[in-house]
Amino acid sequence: MGKLRIQKNDVSQLCILAGQIMLESGAETYRVEDTMLRIAYAFGVDYAESYVAPTVIIFSIDGGYSTRTEMKRIEKRGTNLNKIALVNQLSREISAGMWTLEEAFERLRAIQRGKIVYPLWLQVIAAGLVSGFCVILFKGSWEDFLPGLIIGSHSYYAFILLDHMTKLKFFSEFTAAILIGVLSHLAIHFGIGHQMDKIVIGSVMPLVPGLLITNAIRDLMAGHLVSGLSKGTEALLTAFAIGSGIAIVLQFIK
Amino acid sequence: MLVQAISSFIVSIGFAILFDAPKQSLLKCGLVGMVGWTIYYLLVQRGYEAVMATFIASFSVALISHIFAKKYKAPVIIFTVGGIMPLVPGGTAYDAMKHFVLNQYSIAIELSAQVLLIAGSIALGIVFSEVLNQLYRKMVSRIL
Repeated sequence: MGKLRIQKNDVSQLCILAGQIMLESGAETYRVEDTMLRIAYAFGVDYAESYVAPTVIIFSIDGGYSTRTEMKRIEKRGTNLNKIALVNQLSREISAGMWTLEEAFERLRAIQRGKIVYPLWLQVIAAGLVSGFCVILFKGSWEDFLPGLIIGSHSYYAFILLDHMTKLKFFSEFTAAILIGVLSHLAIHFGIGHQMDKIVIGSVMPLVPGLLITNAIRDLMAGHLVSGLSKGTEALLTAFAIGSGIAIVLQFIK
Repeated sequence: MLVQAISSFIVSIGFAILFDAPKQSLLKCGLVGMVGWTIYYLLVQRGYEAVMATFIASFSVALISHIFAKKYKAPVIIFTVGGIMPLVPGGTAYDAMKHFVLNQYSIAIELSAQVLLIAGSIALGIVFSEVLNQLYRKMVSRIL
């Protein structure tokens, strides 16, 4: 019986680790809950129950003689689609019975330690390309393509640096938005750009909280009201931070 | 038109990189985004309202994402996010804010309402495709 208990604790630890990685990478709530339950049942648990909100995981396993409930506080939230895909893949393979408990643990720890797929310089370039081509998408002229690309990539770089320094996402977004406003105005002033509106809109795009918006919708639909509302609020706050940053600059130059 | 399609392709791939999507899914993300934006662009050019065009575009984005997710056994959001991003009404939101700053509140409120409607239509598009996906799954499981 002692051995059985240890095994059960391990399964619960494994499930929580999987849930933690997914939640920290920005997965939808229902996917996190579903994955945890699937792993638990694959390792022969009779009954499991999970509750996930953006900042907490509560997971409970029932094994006939006693119920074990654990709680995990989630401190950080980011975006890493690759980790979500990896854990998802692992949970499929666990369901197919391809992993033992220890191996799965090792694999999950490796996923957790794993770095981001793309190096920083590539992300900055990607942000620049997104900004530049968004200028084109929003009916800007090709003359504003280059200013958009440069301002977009630099402000995104500034955003990442600030985010590392302050750990306060909304402040970093706010400052990056101010930077975008000032740089766009300077670009117009020195005759490099032509339409300030288009340059600003394009440059702001990499900061827009896209994953939060889509996740909030999908969570609300799936009946995860608490998660959906809090993610929606976070997206709204981010949009507000960006908007007020730009608004302050506009106030000075109007 | 071709310029728009290629631009949206690059934009969606760019967003996929920013969100750390797996390497093998980058091109698919770009494809989803390109189809979504091209549909939106064509509809707006034919004189459809932005709200309607956004709804249809986001519906198609989510639908293709579901098909890709099933085919490549990957989470749906990987494909959805990049495709939805260009549809986000950033331009209108910016205009709304500009008019707020200029103290032209009635125009600003009008534009804000439009932003809300477009955001709502993105949501509705995703919801509809989700429902369709569930119905399809139920039908398949009943037949088998």
